[in-house]
Amino acid sequence: MKEDGMKESFIIQVRGLFAYYGRNQVLKNINLNIEENKITAIIGPSGCGKTTLIRCFNRLFEMAPDSSSSGSILYKDNDIALHDPIDLRREIGMVFQRANPFPTMHIYNNVLAGYHLNGRHLKKSDADRIVEETLKKAALWDEVRDKLFQSPQRLSGGQQQRLCIARTIAVCPKVILLDEPCAALDPISTYRIEELMLTLKKDYTIVIVTHNMQQAARVSDYTAFLMLGNLIEFGLTNQIFTSPKNKRTEEYITGRFG
Amino acid sequence: MNKKAKSVFNGDKVFRDVLFLTAGFIVILLIIIFILLIHHSRPSIGAFGLGFLFRQRWNPGSNKFGALPFIAGTLITSAGAVLITIPFSISTSLFIKEYASSWLGNLISHMVDLLAAIPSVIIGMWGIFVLVPVMRSIEMILYSHFAFIPLFNAPPIGVGLLSAIFILVIMTLPYSISITRDSMVQVPVSLKEGAYALGATRWRMVRSVIIPYCKNGIIGGTMLALGRAMGETMAVTMVIGNSTRLPRTLFDPANTIASLLANQFNEASGTLYVSSLIQLALILFIISLLINITGRIIVHKMKMT
Amino acid sequence: MTIMMLRLGYKYQKFQDRLATCVVYFLTFLTVLPLFLVVGYIVLNGFRHFSLDLLIKNPAPVGEAGGGVLNGIIGSVIIIVIAALMGIPIGVLGGVYLAEAKESRFKHILRIAVEILQGIPSIVIGIVVYLLIVLPMRGFSALAGGVALAIIMLPVIVISTEESLRLVPHELKEAGIALGVPGWRVSLFVVLRTGLGGVISGILLSLSRIAGETAPLLFTVLGSQFFSLKITQPMAALPLQIFNYSISPYPEWHSIGFAVSFLLLIFILTINIMTRTVIEKMSYKRR
Repeated sequence: MKEDGMKESFIIQVRGLFAYYGRNQVLKNINLNIEENKITAIIGPSGCGKTTLIRCFNRLFEMAPDSSSSGSILYKDNDIALHDPIDLRREIGMVFQRANPFPTMHIYNNVLAGYHLNGRHLKKSDADRIVEETLKKAALWDEVRDKLFQSPQRLSGGQQQRLCIARTIAVCPKVILLDEPCAALDPISTYRIEELMLTLKKDYTIVIVTHNMQQAARVSDYTAFLMLGNLIEFGLTNQIFTSPKNKRTEEYITGRFG
Repeated sequence: MNKKAKSVFNGDKVFRDVLFLTAGFIVILLIIIFILLIHHSRPSIGAFGLGFLFRQRWNPGSNKFGALPFIAGTLITSAGAVLITIPFSISTSLFIKEYASSWLGNLISHMVDLLAAIPSVIIGMWGIFVLVPVMRSIEMILYSHFAFIPLFNAPPIGVGLLSAIFILVIMTLPYSISITRDSMVQVPVSLKEGAYALGATRWRMVRSVIIPYCKNGIIGGTMLALGRAMGETMAVTMVIGNSTRLPRTLFDPANTIASLLANQFNEASGTLYVSSLIQLALILFIISLLINITGRIIVHKMKMT
Repeated sequence: MTIMMLRLGYKYQKFQDRLATCVVYFLTFLTVLPLFLVVGYIVLNGFRHFSLDLLIKNPAPVGEAGGGVLNGIIGSVIIIVIAALMGIPIGVLGGVYLAEAKESRFKHILRIAVEILQGIPSIVIGIVVYLLIVLPMRGFSALAGGVALAIIMLPVIVISTEESLRLVPHELKEAGIALGVPGWRVSLFVVLRTGLGGVISGILLSLSRIAGETAPLLFTVLGSQFFSLKITQPMAALPLQIFNYSISPYPEWHSIGFAVSFLLLIFILTINIMTRTVIEKMSYKRR
């Protein structure tokens, strides 16, 4: 939502973020803004801190042993450190690298996991509606509509990942973080998820970490390039991939390393 | 800078507190056990001191008590049983892991687990009606032909140290096997394949790769089995003959600390008598504790390499 | 010449290998043999002396034939239930603590305490509970027996619960947290829920184990000839009856002993086999 015609609204703003595991510095002075209802990709070679960065957004990072950070991250102009982490995670959801549907629940309940696990039980009519809507939004409805009460283990990898996306959407977040969601998937499933993201961006802000540059180029509006914990360059995807300002960005993109 | 926001109902805190209290309860329980045993042993410790461990006479009538026959009984039966167990447990573990096909290995493994599940008192019952008569015949033969060996120089009655050792072998085998099996699982496949690739036969590979690698596991496992064997009560009680004299031959009836307690504790009266029995329980506790700790450390050493 | 020596050397290796294989097979056979000897003997004799009376009558007076072990069956059930009510909650919570809490010195102490507790001979536990409960209560009771059995099953449940929970993949926990679920709910409704199969099979196995325990009952429950439901009084229990009947001089009691052993054995072996096959198939396995 634009506040006035000129100023863009940034749903997430990162200011001077440093992150450490023990004495190991993983992120160094990160400053960037995530624009609402756009797809921002975070790319970079392995170990550059991209996963750490998005884990800071939903405060998952601080739960790791020995982790510490300084600087601030603003969500809707409020410091997330002052936010209740549990409420925050209901607004900023995450999809992981390997699909992790809950094995003890069937598909229907997996979608509603965000409610059930929090002890919120819905009327059957509401539950049915939410399940159908989110599975449709996740482009999974047609494939599972007649096996809603089966175990998610029976689905393919790509279907399980879309189920996890549905599960995340079901609690109505504003932001969806995706940590290399297609890393374990075949090209066709990858393609479907990329298509999915393009439709989701209407209603959600998407931040995707990927080591697949072509994916970033295909899908995202903005791209951030990280290397060894430093933000090397950040800007419109078009510009980053056609005329990168930083030499190292160019080297990474053209495959000189990484 | 990482400040956690405050929430209204802190389910996390309640959860953590409940868990912590439960954990604390378990630790306190252990401490209470220890304290109770020491407290009620005091009269006996006061009366006999360190000599308790070496005195032979156990006479409730004259209020004179000595632990030696029972410490000896415990050590002889447990150590004897465990030593005999070693080749069996190594062989069975090898069989399960290396020699048998996967379904046969699994089957044998499950059968060993079932053996472990049989209650001590039922094995004891089998011991009384099957083992003891058989042992009596065997001991007869040994006595008539080998009585010159001091170990066999006593009239065979069937119950006694030898039967107890035998039944302890049956009872500790499953435990021993599970520990040996666990250490064998850890042998890296690459080491085994390396030996085979050099043209080793299976036995050669076992001898040069598996056994040395599992050495600590086997020794540690033996100690743990020893600790287990010392605490075994019912089956031993039913075949050991219940004597309070220091056994001199393998055929003599005897008592382990555990079997003495089972036999006498309920009938005991008089502070010194009861206290001596409790002191015996304390001694058993401490000995098996030390042996278990030693065994764990040795097994742990193997996991570290 | 060298080739011949090599061939002889190899032949010796092969001979050793075959000999070793025979020894391994033979010793394994001997190891498994007692299972069949014991079970076979108990089943044969127990079945022979088994009658329905056993399940519905109480023991007959000394010297009289007939009678049953109804008091023992009910008594064992009551004592096990008492033990379970104490041992299972504390054991599972202890296991959850070890699996979920942050590493700390206290956690280390707890681990050691559980290990030590597990290694205490069951007869020593019986004596401790005698001192702890029977003396103050001035009498034997089923309650004391339940406490003793609870102490015995406690470390077993803690260890098996911790192991089952550790098998639950970290990713499932993260999925729960990422959905905005508080930590305690994730521990209970995701981790525990997923590892439940393993936890339950650990509980069942420990129940089958205490069903056969005799030593701790000797000084706590004492046993009884009569039928009783009072948990603050002595009570009959199957393992105690087996023990007393076996060492008695009366053949009629021996027969009852066999039959009861048969009963108990079938019960315990059934639970064991069922747990290991059925429940483990149902519990969560990583793909």
